[in-house]
Amino acid sequence: MEMDLLRIGNLHVNFPTKAGLVRASDGVSLEIKQGESLCLVGESGCGKTIVALSIMRLLPENAEVGGEIVFKGKNLLSLDKEEMRRIRGREIGMIFEHPWTCLNPVFTVGDQIAEAVRVHEKCSRKEAREKAIELMEMVGIPSPHRRYGQYPHEFSGGMQQRAMIAMALALCPSLLIADEPTTALDVTVQAQIVELLRDLISGLRTSLFLITHDLGVAAALCRKAAVMYAGEVVEYGGLEDVFGEPRHPYTRLLLQALSDDGFHPIKGTVPELTHLPPGCRFHPRCPYAMEICRRERPEMKNGVRCWLWKG
Amino acid sequence: MERLIEVRDLRKYFSSGIFRRVYVKAVDGVSFEIGKGETFGLVGESGCGKTTVGRCLLHLIEPTSGEIRFKGEDILRFNGERLRVLRRKMQIIFQDADGSLNPRMRVFDLLVEPLRVHGLLNGRGTEEALRLLELVNLTPDLLIRFPHELSGGQRQRIGIARAMALSPEFIVADEPAASLDLSVQAQMLELMKRLQEEFGISYLLISHNLRMVKLMADWVAVMYLGKFVEVGKVGEIFTHPAHPYTQALLSAVPSLNPGGRRSIILRGEPPSPVNPPPGCRFHPRCPHAQDTCRECEPELEETGGAHLVACHLIEKAP
Repeated sequence: MEMDLLRIGNLHVNFPTKAGLVRASDGVSLEIKQGESLCLVGESGCGKTIVALSIMRLLPENAEVGGEIVFKGKNLLSLDKEEMRRIRGREIGMIFEHPWTCLNPVFTVGDQIAEAVRVHEKCSRKEAREKAIELMEMVGIPSPHRRYGQYPHEFSGGMQQRAMIAMALALCPSLLIADEPTTALDVTVQAQIVELLRDLISGLRTSLFLITHDLGVAAALCRKAAVMYAGEVVEYGGLEDVFGEPRHPYTRLLLQALSDDGFHPIKGTVPELTHLPPGCRFHPRCPYAMEICRRERPEMKNGVRCWLWKG
Repeated sequence: MERLIEVRDLRKYFSSGIFRRVYVKAVDGVSFEIGKGETFGLVGESGCGKTTVGRCLLHLIEPTSGEIRFKGEDILRFNGERLRVLRRKMQIIFQDADGSLNPRMRVFDLLVEPLRVHGLLNGRGTEEALRLLELVNLTPDLLIRFPHELSGGQRQRIGIARAMALSPEFIVADEPAASLDLSVQAQMLELMKRLQEEFGISYLLISHNLRMVKLMADWVAVMYLGKFVEVGKVGEIFTHPAHPYTQALLSAVPSLNPGGRRSIILRGEPPSPVNPPPGCRFHPRCPHAQDTCRECEPELEETGGAHLVACHLIEKAP
């Protein structure tokens, strides 16, 4: 039995706002084992990114966080700032949707990668430079010696994302969190980045926690999948089961929405997180909604949160 | 099929630079036709010139050369009053509904603004606004709201309603669903399709989402660095893509099936349109490039059955 690398247990994240309490994450539980890859899919505003930011402890100050996030036996939510900083980067790396907002425009890309190395490892400038060039080569940046001295604006979007991946993997973290890593890129470049991530995580034995709304990218990179809707996980299991034989009506409708045989839109819109419907959160849009769905919130059972599957 | 739009050898060069003029050949000689009630899909990666084609068609920017005919009339000669009247027949739906709706106007004003601009209001504002809301499946209580009070999908519906206000015959839809969620995207496309069936509108659908184009379009053109590399019927292009770029583009769409087909990974990125490579523009990234591809530029030629391909390696129709 392999040990859980990361276990999120009953994670609650609330934001008190003028419009009311925003329940961005409401009892999310997930596990990632060593070397395993998990994707969290869902539409915008469903709370995916909040889960990722909670793991990194990068949530805004006003967030009220409950539950536990256990990484290698330590509860990340109870660590102090200094301990948490040692985990970020060294143990858990993260890449974001817009690489150009994460790179500092006034330093060269190479120096920024070298900085990531030097922050966590005792080494000379020269060694850090060599390590950075090695990393740039690993992520497929052509002529790394020349590109080391270039600034972020001289890099294309795809190359910037490669640089971010190099930085996140500089210290071979055991977990890589990728929040919509390919959304902002063109299709052909997206295919390159997906290929790169797939090779790197299998080569380095890094676990991947992928957050995306693109079901295709999720299928290309992960073996396990969790589907999130309005702050809660509604279906969770092996990716082939979840995508191949979806059980929750939301998963099923999402997969069909733009399939090859035409469009099947889901009626209505995602509820606002300040005004969640009572009972099952999907019931106002669900074609199979029953009386009980309107009254009581279903529990997560056998990987699905739905009254239709309570047996 | 009655032809609504005919485009012949359209070119648009943008110039920049103070000391040495450089030209960005955003659109470099494209020709196509759109029939009445048809959807013509234009696909390609960012920066390939798709949006520029759309803007030229509406005469929002002046093309460098070429001919655009709307119902047989050369619209590039139109100006003043004739152009204004023409614009009633041609509308646009933008990608970014946030950016295209004035944040200080209420939904009611947004909806009747096109009518007001063209002097067609005649005191029927409320009636028209209600008709348009119903057309795009929105409820009348939204009339007094501001754009920021609406969801992304509702805003995009308002964008579509505005485009429909003047009963156009032709709409350029520039990435109409790109900024929306998957479940809402499908709603938007269904709405566009319904309006097409009801009013016989023709669309130029600009998108990088191949799955969406496959579902919406009758014809598809694949664009690379300002030129068409392949044009044909949607079914033909998606089942028998001939150009290596089209093949790579189609295979790059991630499949939902985990063990599914492997994508053709293209090396490099689209080159800059300021300095397109000599010969075939795609040759530096093409897995099958040969010497001829580096030297001479292939023409768009028929391979049979109204399927045009610009590639040296494809056998031509006899």
